[in-house]
Amino acid sequence: MKKADNRRRREMADLGIKILSGAAAFIGIFFLGWILWTVARQGVAALSLDFFTKLPAPPGIAGGGLANAIVGTLIITFLATLLGVPLGLFTGVYLSEFGRDGRFGTLVRFTMNITMGIPSIIVGLFVYTVLVLPVGHFSAYAGAVSLAIIMLPVVARTTEDMLGLVPHALREAALALGMPRWRMILSILFRAARSGLLTGILLAVARVSGETAPLLFTAMSSPYWMKSLAEPTANLTVTIFNYAMSPFDDWKQLAWGAALLIMTAVLTVNILARFLLKEKTK
Amino acid sequence: MNDTATLPLYGTSADPQPKITVRGLNFFYGSQQALFDNNLDIAPHRVTAVIGPSGCGKSTHLRVYNRIFELYRDQRATGTVLLNGEDIFSPKMNLLELRRRVGMIFQKPTPFPMSVFENVAYGIRLHYTVSKSELEGRVEEALKGAALWEEVRDLLHKPGTALSGGQQQRLCIARAIAVEPEVLLMDEPTSAIDPIATAKIEELIERLKGRYTIVIVTHNMQQAARISDFTAFFFKGYIVEFGETKQIFTNPKNKKTEEYITGRFG
Repeated sequence: MKKADNRRRREMADLGIKILSGAAAFIGIFFLGWILWTVARQGVAALSLDFFTKLPAPPGIAGGGLANAIVGTLIITFLATLLGVPLGLFTGVYLSEFGRDGRFGTLVRFTMNITMGIPSIIVGLFVYTVLVLPVGHFSAYAGAVSLAIIMLPVVARTTEDMLGLVPHALREAALALGMPRWRMILSILFRAARSGLLTGILLAVARVSGETAPLLFTAMSSPYWMKSLAEPTANLTVTIFNYAMSPFDDWKQLAWGAALLIMTAVLTVNILARFLLKEKTK
Repeated sequence: MNDTATLPLYGTSADPQPKITVRGLNFFYGSQQALFDNNLDIAPHRVTAVIGPSGCGKSTHLRVYNRIFELYRDQRATGTVLLNGEDIFSPKMNLLELRRRVGMIFQKPTPFPMSVFENVAYGIRLHYTVSKSELEGRVEEALKGAALWEEVRDLLHKPGTALSGGQQQRLCIARAIAVEPEVLLMDEPTSAIDPIATAKIEELIERLKGRYTIVIVTHNMQQAARISDFTAFFFKGYIVEFGETKQIFTNPKNKKTEEYITGRFG
């Protein structure tokens, strides 16, 4: 009879774990669903043609939009990508192709892991002391630099991982044909790993496009169209922060609209990235 | 152990100078020695088979000829390897040119992630300045040389990876011969493909030896006996016996060789 008891106990434990993990998973998607639903419900009311085309109106005056913040976010993210992606790609190439086990490679890999773990507000603070304080004003480029610093390790690590998946035989085949190493990397490895690399870049872009803290110290905000990269620049995340905390209903409405816009964009980029990765593994 | 190989007897029509001359070659993986005092002569326009049990250094030996091992920091070779009498380790030797002259085919087919056409064209563009029409002509010629043209003439713009395993391997052979090498190194080229595709590649090797010098590492003794003119038997990093294939397989001088070819170990 002892044997049967044991079996029953095991079945109970099995069931218990199943229920527990199922419940945890349900709570996870429940909150995600709730967030999506709330943002969508509140934000959709703010979306109108004005939202995409007009400057914000002063408090108390109805209407207005976030055209300048949308453009600002696009420009800052674009600049950050321009800076962070090539640096990240080549750091990843170094880690994967040259510094696999060297001392410098180990140091770089370690530093990248640390950088990835630095709270983004500290990155913002750092760029503030280096690029904002000395010149005396906030700027789009300072914002882009702080986002690029956050992107760099993400892109570097995924690049290293994705190049690591390319079989060694392919490297040898390219070199055995008399191909110089740099060409082997740029035209064979990058091509073989292209969807993985693109996924890494997209995820990094998605990651920084929702960042607020580093922009608070660097790009700041502005109610106007930007005229140059060297001035405070409106962007969606800082706008959400400012407007959502404001006492004006119009502004709160715009903040929800901005939230919906960012959420949709990040979600789209993420889905695109997963799709690309799936294509690759197929 | 007899670690000095005897010089081969060439066929009467062959060039008396060996294509590749190996003298006192040692090889190390870190502090682990993998090849011991290898001496070997590779006859031009002949097929030389390299046989021996797993881990005996066959591939390691082959990978010295185009210096591909140099990709790995902990691997190192000492001794002399001459290609047409030129030291391949000399500072005057251009590594990229050496690798153009000494092509390599790997165990698993390694098509580049690009179209069939581009796979072959890439190497040509790398080493030669050619017009578009000349390039197309050369790609076709290389594919014909690898007995693949008829099968892929309508698939030239399909990805190389879309071909079957045997076709991919012949694509790699086309890619290698497109840059007009003198030597083709084949590292177990048929071990990853089916028997019918293997037969095609063996037939191809037979045809290619008129133009190139071929060194083939193989696990398959029947294959070595079928396609090679000379055979080197490796054991534990030593070249135990080297001679004409017929002699090695019918009348081996060394007891280890005899044991291996009669299937007593390996």
